[in-house]
Amino acid sequence: MENNLITLTIDDQEVKVEKGTTILQAAKQAGIDIPTLCFLKDINEVGDCRMCIVEVEGRRGFATSCIQTVEEGMVVHTNTQNVLEARHVILDLIISNHAKDCLTCTRSGNCELQNLATKFNISKVEFEGERAEHKIDNLSPSIVRDFNKCILCRRCVAACKNVQEIGAIDCINRGFESCISTVGDHSLNDVNCTNCGQCIEACPTGALHEKETIDDVWIKLKNPDTYVIAQTAPAVRVALGEEFDMPIGSNVTGKMVTSLKRLGFDKVFDTNTGADFTIMEEANEFIERFQEKEHLPMITSCSPGWVKYMEMNYPELLPYLSTCKSPHQMFGALLKTYYAKKEGIDPEKIYVVSVMPCIAKKFERQRAEMKNNGLYDVDNVITTRELSRMIKQANIEFIKLEDSEFDSPMGEATGASAIFGTTGGVMEAALRTAQDTLTGKDLERIDFEQVRGGDGTKKATVNIAGTDIKVVVASGLANAKKILEEIKSGKADYQFVEIMACPGGCVMGGGQPIKSSKIRSEVDVRKLRADSLYTIDEKSTIRKSHENPVLKKIYEEFLEKPGSYRAEKLLHTSYQAREKYNI
Amino acid sequence: MQENEDIDVKCCCDGNKKDKFIEEIFAEYQPIKDNLIQMLNEIQEHYGYVPMEVQKDLSEFLSIPMAEIYGVVTFYSRFSLKPKGKYNISVCMGTACYVKGSQKILDRLLERLQIRPGETTEDGLFSIEETRCVGACGLAPVFTVNGEVYGKATVQKLDQVLDKLMNS
Repeated sequence: MENNLITLTIDDQEVKVEKGTTILQAAKQAGIDIPTLCFLKDINEVGDCRMCIVEVEGRRGFATSCIQTVEEGMVVHTNTQNVLEARHVILDLIISNHAKDCLTCTRSGNCELQNLATKFNISKVEFEGERAEHKIDNLSPSIVRDFNKCILCRRCVAACKNVQEIGAIDCINRGFESCISTVGDHSLNDVNCTNCGQCIEACPTGALHEKETIDDVWIKLKNPDTYVIAQTAPAVRVALGEEFDMPIGSNVTGKMVTSLKRLGFDKVFDTNTGADFTIMEEANEFIERFQEKEHLPMITSCSPGWVKYMEMNYPELLPYLSTCKSPHQMFGALLKTYYAKKEGIDPEKIYVVSVMPCIAKKFERQRAEMKNNGLYDVDNVITTRELSRMIKQANIEFIKLEDSEFDSPMGEATGASAIFGTTGGVMEAALRTAQDTLTGKDLERIDFEQVRGGDGTKKATVNIAGTDIKVVVASGLANAKKILEEIKSGKADYQFVEIMACPGGCVMGGGQPIKSSKIRSEVDVRKLRADSLYTIDEKSTIRKSHENPVLKKIYEEFLEKPGSYRAEKLLHTSYQAREKYNI
Repeated sequence: MQENEDIDVKCCCDGNKKDKFIEEIFAEYQPIKDNLIQMLNEIQEHYGYVPMEVQKDLSEFLSIPMAEIYGVVTFYSRFSLKPKGKYNISVCMGTACYVKGSQKILDRLLERLQIRPGETTEDGLFSIEETRCVGACGLAPVFTVNGEVYGKATVQKLDQVLDKLMNS
C-alpha cells in the first residue's frame, strides 16, 4: 500500500494520500476546507465553476482542485490572496447574471450561492450587465424550473442523465444563450421527465423546486366546512427535523403529529397504515402470480416516478407491474369510503393532504385512475419541505413541541410499513407477510438482512415453505433499467422485484430536505435516515403488516379479503403506455 | 423558456414510415453514441436542417436522450433547426472581419431582409447566419452566399448581390 501513497504539502501541512486522490479530497483529509459550487460528490465532478481553484507551486494559473489529482511533492496553497481574489471575481461574475430576489426565494437560507456570497463578504454587485431573461416553466405538476436562478453548474443534468439515466434536461444553445433546458426548450411536463426530483436535490440554488401547493392547504384549513385530513409517509418523520436544525435522521414522529394538529388538521393519520394495506394486497397478488406462474417477476408499484418511467420506456412490460396503488393512494381511497361512512362524514367534504418525501406523488395524485365516485383519493400532496414551511409560517417552534400520537383508528401501523421508506423495505415487509401466508404459521424470522443496505441493486434468495424465491431490490432508475433489460431479454430468473425511483429509496426522495454538497460529501444521509426507520421497525410491537389490528378490522367490516372485488376497485389501479415526448 | 411554436416540428417522413434517407443512414452507422455528430452532419446536408422528428428517431437509434441531441444541434452553428433559405447568407463576425466593419454588413442585411440571424424569410428565399472565421481574413470583411465568398465587402456590394439574387 505504501507505494500507492503520495506525499504533498497543502497549506504547509504534509499530507499523505492515496494515488488518484483529488486535491480537494486530500485537503479535506487534512482538515482544510476548499469552497465548491458545481461539485457534487460522485455525481458532478467536472471542474466547471472553478470556485475550488488553488495555487500549485511551479504551475502557471490556478488548478481546479475538484478534478486535479495529487502528484508527489506537490505544494498547494488553498487560500493565498491571489486565490481569494480570483474566487471573488468568479463569484461576482456568477452573481452578475443571477436573479437576486433572495427574500422571496424558496432556497433562501439553504442556498449554496447565497452561502458563498456571505462567506466572501459580497457587499455589492460588482458587474451589472446584460441579463438573460427566461420564462419560468411551471407546467409540470411536480417541478418548477426558474432558469433566472440557474448558475449553469450542471449538477441537475448529471443527476438526471448520469445517475437516473433519463436525460430530460441538458445544456442547450451556446455562449450567453446557454441554458439548462429540455429538447426544444419545452416544458418538463412534455418530455421524458419522470418527476423523481433528484434534480431539485442536486440544485445549489432556487432554480429548481417543487410545485408548491401549500396555499391550497391553508385555504382548506380555514374553511370550517371542510374536513381536512393529513397523512404522512414513513420517510417524512426521519427527515423533517433536519429543516429545524435537528441531526440528520432524527425521528420526529411525535413532534410532526403535534405540529400538524396545531396547523389545524382535523385528523392526522399515518400513511404507514396504508402501507400495511399495500403489503396485504401485494403479498396476495404475488402469491397468486407465483402459484399460477403468471407475469413473473412481479414488480412493485409504490414509486410513482418509477411507474411513469415504465409507462414511457417499457410499456410492453407493464403486465409485470403490481396493480397495487401506492400506500397514500390506497389510504386516501379508504378515508373517503370506509372512514367517511363510519364517521358519517360526506366524502365530498373530506380533503386529504398527503405529506410525502416525493414530488412524483404530486403527479400521481392527479392521474385519472386515482379517482373513485368522481372524487380523487388524495386532494393535495405536499413535500417534507413544504410541511416545514407551513410550520415555520405558523410560527410553531418545532423543536419545543411535545410528542403526540396519530389519531385512531387509522393511525395504527406496523414496523413493516415504517421501512417502506427505504430501499429494500417494501420487499422485506412483503416477505414477512408472504412467508406467514404461505406457511400458515407465525414465523419468527422477521429481518431479511440481504435486502437491506445502500447498494443500488441487491439480489437474494429466500426460502419460504421449502421453495426458493429469488428477489431483486433496485433503487435509482439507472439500476432499475438494468433489471428491466434482464426481464426483457428473458435472462431474469427472479420472481419478485422491488424498485424505487430515487437512489436509496424514499428517504432520499425529491421532496426531502435538501442537503448541501458539503454535507453530502461528508455524511451518508441515506444511511442515517434509513437507520432511523429500521429503529422504528425494531421498536414496534407489531412488525408484520397482516397482524395490524386496524387492517384485520377493515378487511372484516369492509374489504372482505385481499384481492376482493371492493379491494380491487379501491386499492388497485391500471397503467397506460405513455409517449416520452409530447412535442 | 423561449417560445417554440415557430420551430418546425413537421416531419420529413410520412407518418410512421421513416424517410428512405433516414433508413439508409441508420443502416450505414453503428448505433453508438460516437456517431452522433457525423450523422447530424449528413442529416443537415440532406434536409438543410435537422428536423425534430429526425432528432427523435436518432434519440431512439443511438439511445441518447433528445435533450442531449438538441443540445448538440443548438451548440454548433453548422446545424440548424429550421430549413435554411435557398440563399443562405453568412456574415463573418470573426475578429478580423469585425474590426473591418462586418457589423455594418450584418445590420444592413437584417434591415433589408427583416429577419434575425438563424431565421429564414417567409418566401424561403433567404436565411442569415452569423459565423466565426471562414479563413479568408485577408479579404475581410467577408460574407458568403451558399459557401461562395464575397471579400472586401461593403454595404453597397451587399446591396448589389441582394438585388441580383432577388431578381434572379
